Amino acid sequence: MTKSGEKYTKRVDGRGFKDVRPMSAKVGIVKRADGSAMFKIGDTVAYAAVYGPRELHPKFMQDPSTGVLRCSYAMMPFSGHGSRVRPGTSRRAKEISMIMANALMPVLDLKMYANSVVDVFVSLPQTDAGTRCAGICAASMALADAGFEMKDMVAAVSVGVADKTVLADINAHEDCDIGASDIPVAMLPQSGKISLLQLDGVVSKEKLSEALDLAKELCTKISEVQRNALKEKYSSGVSQ
Amino acid sequence: MKNQILKYVDKGFRYDGRGLLDFRSVSVEYGVAPTAEGSARVVIGDTIVLAGVKLSIEAPYPDTPNKGNLMVNAELLPLSSPDFEPGPPGDFANEVARVVDRSIREGKTVDFEKLCITEGEKVWSVAIDVVSVNDAGNILDACALAALAALKDTKFPEVDVKGIVKYDAKTSKSLPLMAEPVLVTISFVNGKVLLDTAFDEEKDVDSRLSIACLADGSICAMQKGGVAPITSEQVLSSVNIAVEKSELLRSKL
Repeated sequence: MTKSGEKYTKRVDGRGFKDVRPMSAKVGIVKRADGSAMFKIGDTVAYAAVYGPRELHPKFMQDPSTGVLRCSYAMMPFSGHGSRVRPGTSRRAKEISMIMANALMPVLDLKMYANSVVDVFVSLPQTDAGTRCAGICAASMALADAGFEMKDMVAAVSVGVADKTVLADINAHEDCDIGASDIPVAMLPQSGKISLLQLDGVVSKEKLSEALDLAKELCTKISEVQRNALKEKYSSGVSQ
Repeated sequence: MKNQILKYVDKGFRYDGRGLLDFRSVSVEYGVAPTAEGSARVVIGDTIVLAGVKLSIEAPYPDTPNKGNLMVNAELLPLSSPDFEPGPPGDFANEVARVVDRSIREGKTVDFEKLCITEGEKVWSVAIDVVSVNDAGNILDACALAALAALKDTKFPEVDVKGIVKYDAKTSKSLPLMAEPVLVTISFVNGKVLLDTAFDEEKDVDSRLSIACLADGSICAMQKGGVAPITSEQVLSSVNIAVEKSELLRSKL
């Protein structure tokens, strides 16, 4: 049952239950960055920029055995559905920043960048749920654009469960008004391994398994969009 | 690097081929963030900034019980430049916000009395957030232009019978605007005057003067930045240049 107690039989935006919203992606949107990308899914837009490897400050955080990946997630103040989002860090942003780094780290090898940091900044100008996943998609492309060797392209999507129906890529209406369970998933599409998994809401074991299968399917599709965007920039043979 | 730039400047042109008073290409795009009540993207050369307006119903300030509120904030995102760091706004971000705020406020851009709902109790509050996406120089002019464009793009949201703002439903009613202050920043390098500095030129700028210009040729705000002093002649000639160039920026709105 949904929050209002009614059955969820039709999606508000007319999508099928297993359809993602329209996606688009672009690489190289921030010229001053070492790598950058935009990922759009429905009305959620994420910008990501990579700086580094560069010297890590404060110095006590430096690791002589490896470089460090540091992510920073922020919604722009006017990007929320309701009132203004106060700029600056929040506990939510801090947590998302951390799990984004965890989601991206498995495809990177920063051993050769001792005492350095690779900064990934993610910022969203407009949102309609699924922000951390869109952020991871953009960040992954930005890292590739910055020239890091990567074992895979990390793709992410939020799947949901409402009234026992598994939903692909839930939007803010389904997340907040319908009360769907929210399951953000990041994957390494080639191996099918999960590098981020969260869950908010009640889900049965069967539905979770169904949701993860769907997430895997979707991440493969998302990964294609990411790769095509990279090819678009680099196959022309012109950088920037 | 400084010598290289100066060499060109003395000859009357810039390292990127522009004349000293030439702007890079300027474009303004409206409605770029549908979650905001009004928004705009301003692109000047490679510089990209976004501005968004959020409206809310709040109590008026005690000294202006019949006027709406205005707040301007600038976020110079670490995403947009290797020189910007995370954390609370730095000095430059603060300066950008203050200069944009003053040009809008002093230019009587918004008719604040029309934002009063119930005197002494409820007024519309206008929050303008300007965000840098790529800092390739001249963030000040870009942010001011974006803020103005976002105001022009703003539509009031619906308010239900209980007085609660319904952010998902916009009306067709625009903000009551009375003026269009356009900021033009003049940079001084070795006695020469530059407009629309690129970021690698900015490192060598001795001082700058930002001037907010109105359509009738008057000015409504000024701010000197940088350490080197300037003469009153330089100020006056800068005003002439700024007023003339502001027409170019205004024509992009």
